[in-house]
Amino acid sequence: MSAQNGTGLRSYKLKVWRQPRGAAGGKLVDYEVSGIDPGMSFLEMVDQLNESLLKRGEEPVAIESDCREGICGTCGVVIDGMAHGPIPNITTCSLRMRSFPNGATITVEPFRAKAFPIIKDLIVDRSAMDRIQRRGGYVSVNAGSAPEANATPIARDVQESAMDSAACIQCGACVAACPNAAAHLFVGARVRQFALLPQGHPERNERVLAMVEQMDAEGFGDCSNHGECEAACPKSISIENIATMRREYMRAAVGKR
Amino acid sequence: MSTPRFQLRSSIGKKLLNGLTGVLLLLFIVAHLAGNLTIFVGKDALNAYAATTHSLGPLLIVIELGLAAVFLVHAGSAISVWRDNQAARDTRYMVSKSKGAASKQTVASRTMIITGLVLLAFLILHLWQFRFGPTTPAYQTTLPGHAGEVWNLHLIVVETFKNPIWTALYVVVMILLGFHLRHGFWSAFQSIGALNPKLRPIAFSAGVVFAIVIAVGFLLLPIFVYLAPDPNAGVLGLVKP
Ligand code: HEM
Ligand code: SF4
Ligand code: FES
Repeated sequence: MSAQNGTGLRSYKLKVWRQPRGAAGGKLVDYEVSGIDPGMSFLEMVDQLNESLLKRGEEPVAIESDCREGICGTCGVVIDGMAHGPIPNITTCSLRMRSFPNGATITVEPFRAKAFPIIKDLIVDRSAMDRIQRRGGYVSVNAGSAPEANATPIARDVQESAMDSAACIQCGACVAACPNAAAHLFVGARVRQFALLPQGHPERNERVLAMVEQMDAEGFGDCSNHGECEAACPKSISIENIATMRREYMRAAVGKR
Repeated sequence: MSTPRFQLRSSIGKKLLNGLTGVLLLLFIVAHLAGNLTIFVGKDALNAYAATTHSLGPLLIVIELGLAAVFLVHAGSAISVWRDNQAARDTRYMVSKSKGAASKQTVASRTMIITGLVLLAFLILHLWQFRFGPTTPAYQTTLPGHAGEVWNLHLIVVETFKNPIWTALYVVVMILLGFHLRHGFWSAFQSIGALNPKLRPIAFSAGVVFAIVIAVGFLLLPIFVYLAPDPNAGVLGLVKP
């Protein structure tokens, strides 16, 4: 087995974006880490870097995380130019160091978008997504308890499709990966999730109109159909959701329920 | 907060306009190529084609104005989308890479504004050269089966493309048109919500074929006129001694 695929401990050269809180800009700073187990997650590698920084009396790298199992959506960073790193359909916390050959240089940057101002180092303010969510990412009718299964039949594929959209963890990787910093995949997933199910229908038109209005007001870009969002999405949300959002937007124009 | 309304100025609205005009331009470009192919038949075929379109009279003016509006809305919405996108990322990545697999990002998709602006500049030149080309008596000719004289569009075409500089310029622009269409073809249908998971990969791949057919179709024409010993006779002129 080559040194690259072996289980031996590894070393890496890191280039990490450092930006002090409140600063207008930052820069890439070089670090070296060693004694990295290939089974370690990317975040554990950063933890190890931070411990050595603390020992040297330096400021640790600020990076966000919570669940560390791919469900909370807080941990996203851009690794070697790709949101959540080089492996498709996973979050940064699920990324293992075995994906990086021993001795590699790894560049780590924050998600970059005007609508995601940098708070510190690798942490960005993604509250713009919350504000979009607040404009319609819910149902305000009383949906009651689970209905009798045959009262409102919903085809299996429709149900699955709505579930696929609902899998979005609001991580913002779609925005980070998009050459236009557009949030269409996230908003499209929210719109589609509700458009497919009867609970979403009473507020169907207002939802898409309000969420799109907020998305534009937050300063996200427009979608040019580059499809880079789908490639970066840890939940494999398809650009079909963007097509659906456009159909829903047109539908709302004619006021159809 | 005020009740939200459908807005053509929204990010979605702009792409609906851009996509809808894009689809119309796709239809236009196919029709335009079909008409141009008469050049390969020869002088009379092209001039007859021109005479037929001119016989539409006021209807032609209506079609032309409609087409001009489509171009303006297309370019206007595209420039507006581009400006929004420039503003949406104020700091660039130090390293940026496509994550591949599901991505539909291509050189073509990243250069739409460049190829588009070239097409806009080309359009003005092109109209100037041909639509508003010379109509003096020297550019009138006869047409078999046609009473009186007709406009000799064919002569303008030959005069233009016997000049290697014009031929080279047109060939380059047609290649750029091919790039614009490589992304534009499938993107237009996606923008107006016309694709589903089954159609999307088909439209994406068909974009390559469409782009090549259109670009090659158009660029063969100036090359043919430049090389043909007797363009008046069409492709037959190539085999005649
Ligand atoms: C023969 C002329 C043209 C044809 C056939 C054509 C065709 C198309 C098509 C089919 C699309 C896809 C629409 C969509 O994604 O919704 C498109 C997009 C675009 N066009 Fe054109 N176009 C032409 C001329 C122009 C001109 C004159 C401009 C001038 C600026 C332009 C700029 C753009 C841009 C920037 C986009 C991408 C918009 C985005 O970022 O999403 N095009 N074009
Ligand atoms: S659509 Fe995917 S990439 Fe975008 S926020 Fe949701 S989970 Fe993250
Ligand atoms: S820390 Fe929760 S998704 Fe990564």
